[in-house]
Amino acid sequence: MNPALWIAKTGLDAQQTNMDVIANNLANVNTTGFKKGRASFEDLLYQNVRQPGGQSTQNTQLPSGLMLGTGVRIGSTEKIFTEGNIVQTGNNLDMAIQGQGFFQILMPDGSTAYTRDGSFQLDSNGQIVTSNGYPLQPAITVPANTQSLTIGSDGTVTATVAGSNTPTQVGTVQLSNFINPAGLQPIGQNLFQETAASGAAQSGTPGLTGLGTLQQGALETSNVNTVESLVNMIETQRAYEINSKAISTTDQMLQYVNNNL
Amino acid sequence: MDRMLYIGMSGAKEIMLQQANTTNNLANASTVGFKRDMEAFKAVPIDGPGYASRVYTQDQGVGTDFSAGPLISTGNPLDIAVKGQGWIAVQGPNGREAYTRAGQLKIDGNGMLTTSQGYPVMGSSGPISIPPSEKIDIGTDGTITVQPNGQKPNALAVVDRIKLVNPPEADLVKSVSGLMETRNGAPVAADASVSVETGMVEGSNVNTVESMVRMISLARQYELQVKTMKTAEQNDQASAQLIRLG
Repeated sequence: MNPALWIAKTGLDAQQTNMDVIANNLANVNTTGFKKGRASFEDLLYQNVRQPGGQSTQNTQLPSGLMLGTGVRIGSTEKIFTEGNIVQTGNNLDMAIQGQGFFQILMPDGSTAYTRDGSFQLDSNGQIVTSNGYPLQPAITVPANTQSLTIGSDGTVTATVAGSNTPTQVGTVQLSNFINPAGLQPIGQNLFQETAASGAAQSGTPGLTGLGTLQQGALETSNVNTVESLVNMIETQRAYEINSKAISTTDQMLQYVNNNL
Repeated sequence: MDRMLYIGMSGAKEIMLQQANTTNNLANASTVGFKRDMEAFKAVPIDGPGYASRVYTQDQGVGTDFSAGPLISTGNPLDIAVKGQGWIAVQGPNGREAYTRAGQLKIDGNGMLTTSQGYPVMGSSGPISIPPSEKIDIGTDGTITVQPNGQKPNALAVVDRIKLVNPPEADLVKSVSGLMETRNGAPVAADASVSVETGMVEGSNVNTVESMVRMISLARQYELQVKTMKTAEQNDQASAQLIRLG
């Protein structure tokens, strides 16, 4: 009916989505390996009501036409892959990646997912699994009656078994990297899936070919900056109010017509 | 019948169009790199016999407000904001070169450097492709340096330089996609004096208070036009009554 109403509605929609993204960031402020999201706003197509440069008379041109914008939308919500803080936990199955890369996780459906959450545990077979029980890839099984477990910065996992003085290597942790990590699809449970936008996974040994090194006994915290999120939240709230004000103003204009004509 | 009704109607209609534009500016108050659209009313006199009182109005775009928006610090190495005047050259949806100040750059799955809307960013010769790298750094003149995968920090490679331009503002028009294009569609040459700030983005230059005041003032003007239409109706009623009396 009236373009102004619908344009303001796109503003409300976009600000609401932005608030969802901010709320999700704030909710995950304590999630290990969480990467904050960011909503990118973009203006919608312009409606060309009067073409600039059209002839106003035979000898003169309109210096500018009338291009009406049609509002705004959230173009994409991208993940920002800056590193979170590294906190020491002392737990020998906790791993933090210093630099780029993702742990490879075998999903129940046989596909591979990727995560930077290094809070691993052992299952009943001694296999290293995530807190959801999905095994780390390539599979590493820690032998029974292991006295101590060491994970080197290059991913070498060695175990010292009771009754032996020499540690034995039980496996190697490998990491994967992507040309565009922001294109990964978050699937929850701190996991990401490869997409066409992320590019194919390139796996390798930690510390080589651009992959980060591992640090045992440490975890990467969420990279959400609470102050930044709160400022964003305030800005979003005010922008939301302004757009709802635009709707009520347009509504009043139409109401005035209805009441007076 | 008096044509006053039509004058009021055209006023109301054009004010509504301009209100749509003001609302669009407000809706884009958080769009990175957005430049406010400016509009004005133009008088369109229609002279005929009798007293020259028939001046219609027409809503007309008078271009884009090129003033700078606030710089927002994000700390993201792929975010750039143009300092002062200048534009980032991208490949628009029609394949032609277009210009933007929205510097939320990203690398897509094929290694191309694009804007957040997916338009490839232009380098010294065409779109920029970034090799797989550990670190990427954009210098103040747009030069992109990377530390390729597996290389030491002393073996940096310069990939390309983002094409930054600074055409006269009068030559730029907003295209349907919201990107700026030159009036004749021809690409402009790179300007070495344009500089960028890394880790920052430029916010929208919409002044929300000003736009809101404008919105309220337009709403009141609209009511005036409707009042004129109402008066026209009352005048017509009065004359119809006179005819009936006679």
